[in-house]
Formats: sequence, C-alpha cells, structure tokens
Amino acid sequence: MTAPQPLLSIRNLGKSFGGFAALEDVSLDIRENEFFALLGPSGSGKTTLLRVLAGFEEPSAGSLTLEGRDIARVPPNRRPVNLMFQSYALFPHMTVERNIAYGLEMERLPRAEIRQRVGELLEIIQLSHLAGRKPDQLSGGQKQRVALARALARRPRLLLLDEPLGALDKKLRGEMQLELKKLQHEFGITFIVVTHDQEEALVMSDRIAILRDGRLVQCAAPRDVYEHPADRFAADFIGVMNFFPSNFHGGALVARNGSRLQTDTPPRSDGAAVLAAVRPERLHLDPSAGENRLDGVVEATAYHGLDLQLRLKTALSDTPVVVRLTADAASAHPLSEGDPVTLYWAAANTRVFPA
Amino acid sequence: MTQSRLELRLMLLILSAVFAFLYIPISVLFALSFNEGGLPTAWTGFSTKWYGELLRNDDILGAARNTLVVALVSTAVATVLGTLLAIGVEIRRRKGRVLETVIFAPMIIPDIVLAIALLSMFSLIGVRMGLQTIIVSHVVFNLAFVCAVVRARLRNFDWSIVEASADLGASALTTLRRVIVPALLPAIIAGALLAFTLSVDEFIIAFFTAGAGRSSITLPMQIFAMIRFGVTPEINALATIVMSVSFIALALAQRVNRGALPGQ
Repeated sequence: MTAPQPLLSIRNLGKSFGGFAALEDVSLDIRENEFFALLGPSGSGKTTLLRVLAGFEEPSAGSLTLEGRDIARVPPNRRPVNLMFQSYALFPHMTVERNIAYGLEMERLPRAEIRQRVGELLEIIQLSHLAGRKPDQLSGGQKQRVALARALARRPRLLLLDEPLGALDKKLRGEMQLELKKLQHEFGITFIVVTHDQEEALVMSDRIAILRDGRLVQCAAPRDVYEHPADRFAADFIGVMNFFPSNFHGGALVARNGSRLQTDTPPRSDGAAVLAAVRPERLHLDPSAGENRLDGVVEATAYHGLDLQLRLKTALSDTPVVVRLTADAASAHPLSEGDPVTLYWAAANTRVFPA
Repeated sequence: MTQSRLELRLMLLILSAVFAFLYIPISVLFALSFNEGGLPTAWTGFSTKWYGELLRNDDILGAARNTLVVALVSTAVATVLGTLLAIGVEIRRRKGRVLETVIFAPMIIPDIVLAIALLSMFSLIGVRMGLQTIIVSHVVFNLAFVCAVVRARLRNFDWSIVEASADLGASALTTLRRVIVPALLPAIIAGALLAFTLSVDEFIIAFFTAGAGRSSITLPMQIFAMIRFGVTPEINALATIVMSVSFIALALAQRVNRGALPGQ
C-alpha cells in the first residue's frame, strides 16, 4: 500500500514576531478526513500555527501545500479553509440564520440554495427553533454550535478549530467531544483542533502533534503518544508519569538506590544518566504483573470513584510515586496512610528518557 | 441611621438647587415664549401667537433653512469621514501607537481660535465665503466629535468578527460594509446626532466664516442680530424650538448608544 498524498503538507514552517520565534521548523502532513489535534501548553505556538493555516499570519519560512497548491501567501478569504474561533466571533448584529448564511452569501450562491443549506445545518446542530435569535440571546453551548455550523457551511476542505470546547463546562465538553467527532465523520471534512487539554486530544483525535516552544515534539496516534512518548516533556504533558533517575551499568538499568530495573529498551553506553519512567496505572499489587518491584509507604490516598489514587514515598525518587489502582484491586487490599506497600510492573512498560 | 438620612436629605437639597440653577432660566424662556403680552415683566395669558409670528418672518425662515442645510450636510460628511477615521486610527493603534491628540484638537481648541484660523485660511486661498464655507468649517469640528464617539465604541470591539468575516470569504470592503459598520451603527448614529445638535446652535465659527450678506445667515446669527434691539417674544419662541430640536437629538443619541457618549 502506498501512502496517499496528504491533504495538507507543512514543510519546515517558521514564524517569528520581531526577534521571537513562535514557530520553528515545523513539518507535518495532515491526511484527508483526519481528526488532527495540535496540543501544547500556552505559548507553544499551536495557535500561531492555526493562524498561519487560516491565513491570518504569513509564515516567515517554509511552505504550506494544500492539495498540491502552495497557499502560504493566499489571503484568508481565498483559502478553502475555515476557522472556528475560540471566542466564536459570531456577528452580534445578525441572527443565527444570517450568521450561518454569511459565508454562503460570499460565494454568491442562489438564495434558495443558501436557505436550504442553512436549514440543513440548523437541523444538524438542533437549533432550528432559535434561527431568529441574536448571538447574545444564546447560551455558551448554543453559540459554540452556531460557530461550528457557520464554519462548516462553506464545506471547507479543512476546518480549523481553536479551543472549540474551551468555554464550555466540563459535562458539556464531554458530550461535545463525541458530537464533534460524529460531525466530522458525517461531513467528511478534515479537522485540525487546537487544544491545551490533553484528555480532549486523546479522546477526539486520530493523531496528535505535541508542540513545545514553537517546535514539534512528537506526532503520532493517541495510543502511541501515550504509550511511547518521544521525550520527557511529552511523557509528562500527556497523562501522569513517574520518573526514576537512573544510570546504565554494563547494559543494565540501575535505579539510584542500586536496584535493577527491567526494560525492553536497548541499553545505552555505560554511565549514561537517564530517567526510567512508568505510568501510574501500570503499577500493580499482584506480583504476577511483572519483573519490576517497587517498595514504598503510602503518603496519601484519593478516591476517584472508578479508581483509587495513591501517593507513595519510595527510595527511587524524591517526588512521590503516583499509583492508580482499579476499584477492585483497591477493595481487595485496603490501604491507608502509613501502610507499607509493594508494587510490580512489567519490563515492557518501563520507558527510558535522557535525563 | 439618622445621620445618613440627614446626609441624604442634604444631598437631595443640593441636587435640587443645582438643577434649579441649570433649568430655571430655560423654563423662564420656555414660559415667556407662550406669554400673550410679550413682555418679560408681566404674564398676560397663554398664547401660541409668537410661534405664528415666527412663521410669517421671512428672515427667520431663511435662517432656519440655512441652519438645516449646514447641519445636515456637515453632519453627513463628518459622519462618513469621522467613522472611517475612527476605524483607521483603531487599526493603526492595534499595530502600534498613533498621535491621537492631533485628531481631537478641533474638540479642544477654543471655538474663537478655530473660527479665526478658518477665516484666515479661507481668505488666504481666496474662497468665496457663504454657506459652503460654514459647512466645511462645521465638518472640521463635527468630524472630531463623530470620531470620538465611534472610537469609544471601538474600545471594546471584538476584532475577531473582522477576521471571521475574512475567513468566510469576504473582501475588506465587504467586511467594512457588512460587519464593521453595522456593529458600530449605534455609535455612528449617536455621533451623527451629536454632530447635528452641535451644528444647529453653533454661532462663533458660522459668524466668522459666513461672509457678507444675508444669504448665509444661520439661526444663531439671526437671533444674535435680533437681540441687539432687545429680547422680543419671537426670540423666546425661536430659542425654545432650537432648544427642543437639540434636546431631542441628544436624547436620541444617548438612547441609541446606551449612554456611551465620551465623557459620560
């Protein structure tokens, strides 16, 4: 199978404001029909990248190719790309209906067709009954849906979404995450979503690109990003990770207290300072779980309904080790503060990063 | 409790005194315009005959027509230019500072200075003076006021809707016409109404730039000419009308702009 030509090809993209490099040497391929997430802390350049893609900023270096056409210098109103703004940016003086129709009117479509397409979109976002309302008479969730419908109305090749769920409360976010994914599937439009919420990125997207200080750290499917983070930053940014300062001695990974840690990763040169790492949910009370053993004392427990989170004081690191036990495991072995505990994990789940 | 009640009463008293100070002269003018005898010293009964007299006075009617022409034309021109100026200045300001004081100078410079300056300029370039020079002069200060009102509105303007418009395929001109101007419309109307009221009762600048002859006399100038022979009842009636027009326009301006006039 040959790799299909990507819909959007970003090559060595750079953008600087004055002396500050907001983006440096970013290369990404976005595939047709993909739900792609740009993830990073604030200041990582993810919003700048989105604005470059939308055409509001001109790249300082590199190229942007959409379906074989160079669009780096094409103004926003001539790109087959639409952006859903973080603030929604609905036109306050227009009704819901007029807001959605705006982009279609710019295409000079016949009135009947505009009316029909707006009607369809209103039905999809389930706001037909509010078509005549002005934006300031809508709730946050309703505004969000209108903004989405307006951006989808022109059937862009690529839809950019800037923190689309940022202004919603937690419960509504969960619903809208699935809703967005469903809509993306129905419309068959490629989505690029900017988010700082790693959980949101994991749930919604087909692939995730992690940015830090304007550089691409990793680009992979959610599972790969979570299970095989490219570096310490990615490991720490996505989910929770326990780090153990270690060294390589004669091909073996040795923790700072002298105990040997088993790992699948190929050994590095002798004396190399590294960080061994393991996810909280990979630590188990059951000795059959794996070759690695960790002794500690319970410092704190936190009940989360589905699971029990423990913080352990161990000899392996200064920071407490975080453990997530399933509700079943936790009820089989009641633990409280001050109890000694021994945990096990498999060699396959030990990650190794340069210190 | 009692002390705060006392304070409240005192404040109400002061407030009433200030309002009385402000509005008693206007009330006197208003009342006298309906005084049948026409003398400021004695009330002889209610009558609207002085308003009728006004309508038969060709000088006054001509001046009223001139005032309307000056106010309407200068307001229209100043509204368009002032709005564009406000938008342009705000766009520049977002990219770095501009010298805003320069724009508002016509608001701050004393009218008499502006009047002399305009008169000197018109004489220097040899323009024939008349209604046209009054109109140009009124545009000068009206533009600054319209610009100030619109800029006040632009301070909390959501610029992302401008980007949204471009993103949805609109050109810069379409965005101006369909997004920026409609979103600013309350402020633009308020600015226009303010400019209109300022223009209707402006005296000094009109007086200096009107040139010779009766053909370009405006209402305030007409009143000034009449008043040299004493306050006649017609003047009271005329002043009442001018005041009502200004008051209504200002009230409208405040209502459309929800009280967001500069300095309020």
